[in-house]
Amino acid sequence: MARLVAILATTHHPFYYKTSQLPPDQAPPFAAEWVRKVAAYRQTLTRARPDVLVMVGSDHFHQLWLDNMPQFLVGKAPFYDANYYNEEREFGLPRLLLKGHEELSAYILRGGIDKGFDLAFSNELRVDHSITCPIFTVRPQNDLPIVPVYTNIFAPPLPRPERFVKLGQAIRELIDAWPSDLRVAVIGTGHLSLELGGPRQFGPHGPDPEFDARAVEWIASGDIGGCLASVTLDSLHAPGNATHGFMDFMLMMGVAGFARADYADNLDLFHTMEAYFTWYPNGAGA
Amino acid sequence: MSRYLVNKFLFTIDRDPDLVERYRTDPAGTVAWWEAVQANQLLNCIAGEASTWLEFTDDERAALSAHDHVALFEMGAHPFLTLTLWIAMFERDHSEPLAMQLDYAARLAHVTQPYPDIAT
Repeated sequence: MARLVAILATTHHPFYYKTSQLPPDQAPPFAAEWVRKVAAYRQTLTRARPDVLVMVGSDHFHQLWLDNMPQFLVGKAPFYDANYYNEEREFGLPRLLLKGHEELSAYILRGGIDKGFDLAFSNELRVDHSITCPIFTVRPQNDLPIVPVYTNIFAPPLPRPERFVKLGQAIRELIDAWPSDLRVAVIGTGHLSLELGGPRQFGPHGPDPEFDARAVEWIASGDIGGCLASVTLDSLHAPGNATHGFMDFMLMMGVAGFARADYADNLDLFHTMEAYFTWYPNGAGA
Repeated sequence: MSRYLVNKFLFTIDRDPDLVERYRTDPAGTVAWWEAVQANQLLNCIAGEASTWLEFTDDERAALSAHDHVALFEMGAHPFLTLTLWIAMFERDHSEPLAMQLDYAARLAHVTQPYPDIAT
């Protein structure tokens, strides 16, 4: 069977790439610590020596649109072009070409559908910064094939948080049962409290530091019960109008089997808190 | 209410560099052209398969024509779409980092929770 060697759940901050490229005399004061924390986080993936990456993210109205909006979608293609004109424009993100892993895509699609998730699929998917930000941070050499899994955290009506958790559990069961000798890592990105296009955006911290502190504790301790007792579709509006991206973290808690994280770190930044979690479901030396 | 169509306008302008500049410099003209020529274009189909029923309300047309992001927010336009396009059009007019984004937020300071519904 395949070996699930690492699970990474993190925020995706599109400004990291550009910030990390600045010479020290032009970099903002928080840049050095940010780069240091990301480098440490990258090691948590590197040490697991993965062969293939299952990557959970969410399209930001790039390819997926309101005339045909899937709730959960799995890419199945030999390649994925990445990043869009408006991400180059706003964030300075370069375009990328990622390799796909069609066999694992097909397996997750078949198995996911059979487990009761009517997954949409795409044979020609251009992924955006929800997928490429973790490539820039934890696998900048971009040398591994991926399976992109997109969730709708953006265009209501959204699936409920419990559904994200269950999909994460299903992905975990599928990977654990995949008849392959490959080493698999799952990397998912979401948000803590976040406001976009509203009165609380771009403040000195995330819009709701208290929510962020609770969220970090839920994720780090694997406390899905506490999390689900506090988080609903409606309640996620309160910490910030884009906080539904937290449901991708909840999906990743499902992948991790509600275990305590083996690695947890965060960084309080302007606009939003960065957070980095890694689990080694088969032990760090597996 | 045609919240979907407002979002479609923001989405299709934002993804086209020429239209971003056109909307920045001639908002009313761009909105009028877009509603007449583009609004009913089904995005994944040939032109002959266009829709036949989409149009703005007067308030929506006025808000888009006036670059009024506060009115768009209050109507339930998707805040991410509005913000992204506004950054593309107006960040260049501010000299300090994030000044545009903070000004954008300040103009929404009167908004209280729950925010307007954005469901389409």
